Amino acid sequence: MQRFAVNALDLARTQFGVTTLFHFIFVPMSIGLTAWVALCQTLYYRTRKDVYLRMTRYWGRFMLISVAIGIVTGIVQEFQFGMNWSLYSRYVGDIFGAPLAMEGLIAFFLESTFLGLWIFGWDRLSPRVHLACAWLVAFGTASSAYFILAANSWMQHPVGYTINHATGHAQLTNIFSVLLNSTVLLAFPHTIFGAWTTGGMLVLGICGWNLLRGRHVDLFSRSARLVLPITCAVAILTAGFGDGQARLMDTQQPMKMAAAEALYNTTKGASFSIFAVAPFSHYPKRLNTDIRIPRLLSLIATFSTNGTVKGIHQVNAAEQKKYGPGSYVPIVGVTYWSFRLMIGAGMLMILITLVGVGLMRRRRLERSRRFQQIAIAGIFLPIIANWMGWIFTEVGRQPWIVYGLLRTNNGRSPLVSTSSIILSLTGYVVVYSVLIAVGVKLFLKEIRKGPEDPDDQPPPGDGAVEPRSDLALAY
Amino acid sequence: MSHDPDFLQTLWFLLIGVLWIGYFVLEGFDFGVGILLRAVGRSEAEKRAVIHTIGPVWDGNEVWLIVAGGATFAAFPGWYASLFSGFYLALFLILIALIIRGVSFEFWGKDDSPRWRATWEWAASIGSFLAALLWGVGWADIVHGVPMNAQHNVTATIFGLLHPYALLGGLVTLSLFTAHGAIFLTLRTRDELVDRARGIARRVAPVSVVLMTIFLIWTAANQTGGAKASATTVAALAVVCAAAATVSITRDWDGRAFGFSAGAIALLFVSLFCGLFPDALPSTTSHAFNLTLVAASSSHYTLTVMTVVAVVFLPIVLAYTAWTYWVFRFRIGASDFEGSGPPTPIAVLADKFGAGSGGEGPPEEPGPSGAF
Repeated sequence: MQRFAVNALDLARTQFGVTTLFHFIFVPMSIGLTAWVALCQTLYYRTRKDVYLRMTRYWGRFMLISVAIGIVTGIVQEFQFGMNWSLYSRYVGDIFGAPLAMEGLIAFFLESTFLGLWIFGWDRLSPRVHLACAWLVAFGTASSAYFILAANSWMQHPVGYTINHATGHAQLTNIFSVLLNSTVLLAFPHTIFGAWTTGGMLVLGICGWNLLRGRHVDLFSRSARLVLPITCAVAILTAGFGDGQARLMDTQQPMKMAAAEALYNTTKGASFSIFAVAPFSHYPKRLNTDIRIPRLLSLIATFSTNGTVKGIHQVNAAEQKKYGPGSYVPIVGVTYWSFRLMIGAGMLMILITLVGVGLMRRRRLERSRRFQQIAIAGIFLPIIANWMGWIFTEVGRQPWIVYGLLRTNNGRSPLVSTSSIILSLTGYVVVYSVLIAVGVKLFLKEIRKGPEDPDDQPPPGDGAVEPRSDLALAY
Repeated sequence: MSHDPDFLQTLWFLLIGVLWIGYFVLEGFDFGVGILLRAVGRSEAEKRAVIHTIGPVWDGNEVWLIVAGGATFAAFPGWYASLFSGFYLALFLILIALIIRGVSFEFWGKDDSPRWRATWEWAASIGSFLAALLWGVGWADIVHGVPMNAQHNVTATIFGLLHPYALLGGLVTLSLFTAHGAIFLTLRTRDELVDRARGIARRVAPVSVVLMTIFLIWTAANQTGGAKASATTVAALAVVCAAAATVSITRDWDGRAFGFSAGAIALLFVSLFCGLFPDALPSTTSHAFNLTLVAASSSHYTLTVMTVVAVVFLPIVLAYTAWTYWVFRFRIGASDFEGSGPPTPIAVLADKFGAGSGGEGPPEEPGPSGAF
């Protein structure tokens, strides 16, 4: 086992990981819920059925809690590149900064401005304009994902750049190569469909909780029947694009995929490992337990039971030849397990929603207590899948911060001290813990409180004043 | 390497200046409103009214900061890297302050218990206070210069950033934003809220004039070279604006006062940016280590790309931001939130009358659609 010593690099990485994972609970949820609320409101606009209005307002409350936490934790994300990774920022700024600035200018302004209009504009805007605000919020949140994924994809697969030999930094030569990077063209649909799945599973879980108690059956049964087929479809699409990404990674970062399979040697007719445990080290030489299905990996990766799949040793040797001596192996255990947990959680979600759609078609959805209980547990599956997906893609790229160009240990801020990072890391953990505790508390409170009763609503025409107290979507 | 920025570099320095000024003019008043939440709002309904004045816009105001940060990263990565790593703990404090004040507005109304409400009111006030103070400290440090080595890595600790000049800068923004927020409240509230806000503005605005005058004289004394004359001229105009805001609010010209206080904030930062040019971050270790805009800049190609993006999207953003302020221009009072029954028809009519017809949309239709 390696000696464990706290150094500034590990702390900076830990801080980035902790703050990002926290932020990444709420971002996919917000992308999913904003689209869902906009859909509910559209149905209300079209049909004028009261239940859709109540759905819009009920699900809107969850959307607002999620968006609020997502937004405030997002500023940290943008700032900590410069704070903890100043050498990285100087190295990539010419390229990486552009999508970040576009994200702010194009996506965040749209999202936050129209969110304010949506929350406070119920009585100030015509129904059509108010509905447009809901869609602009959904569009803004979703488009922000495009820009940040374009930036991340450049770290995974640098394109459209040259190295400026005077400064030693990467320099942009073609913005369209960066924005249309093959990596982002698959990462974006994977992430967006994953985000919609996240929102869908949350809605489904809350429906399950309420149906189990027989509360507001009209609203929750309608919500569940609307959200189920959509979630099922987008969960399958998430998996489909994920598969495409894995194949692309085979050519772009063969090491990531070799580590994902814990395949040490290049093999013809490779078996697929479904459960492996190894001694706790960065790059274990042997595996304690390894359950494998013969030839399956070759079949998945090459569509042939006899195909050749590259192994860690051979890829490492090839990278040493290309980039000089050193180890180019990420932490194998983390890469292997995050990949499997992501896929496992995704498969479970597909299964749950397929069963749900089946129950719905036989008109048994509202009566199946077992399914409703499973749906509640299902709320956590997308969070696990999202986390594991991010960990996989980032840990699997190590030791690189920009694949093939810049190593993570050459990217951090040279003069930011260990004690400064300990202080900020502690601060973020404390504040974020409070945020998550409050967020969960408010979610549970909203779930228990349930939607507004139709009788509680002020009579038509009386609503020119902001909804009062507990009826308020606003504060 | 030439020290004179080319056209695009100058343009982007200007644009980043515009973004920061937009941020401080807009978020400045919502910092002020946050700071004054408990001072202006006494009853729960009053506090709710105060929060509602910034509710629809504070989040959009904060995006100016995010875009300023992103634009700095894109246009001057060297500046972004030196500044953000060099001001590590100061920025960390600002981020924490922004987080707690941001969620405080959202969380405040989600529970009825007095303790819950008080907690988030304090979070809003303290968070806004800290952020308003620290932005001034930070910008005073930037203009003053910081200890920085030849690799443009800042060598100062957080205590090295807290010298008297920087602290004075912090008090300047704190007092300016507080006054700006109070004046904003005189425009957006009704009844006693207006009187209370005006009373606070009358006391804080003169303080901000005095502090700003001392700060800008000190700044002018620090600055050398012919190019600094413009900075000093603008600084004088900023003081005139702040003084005009004070006079206006004393005479109950609330609208004019708001215009002048916005002008004072804008001109203060114009003068600071003028003083900084053509450096991005001066080094107090040695002038040879100054980080110039040229050295910090992105390539010509990247700046061209970003210019196209800004030319296309900035006007759109400005248009819908202006529209939002138009939609939410009506006054809010405690009476909007008092009582448990539905509002009286008179209150509804009064509100309708105050609001006019909302924005570009067609007149409100009767029926359930308008029920919220």
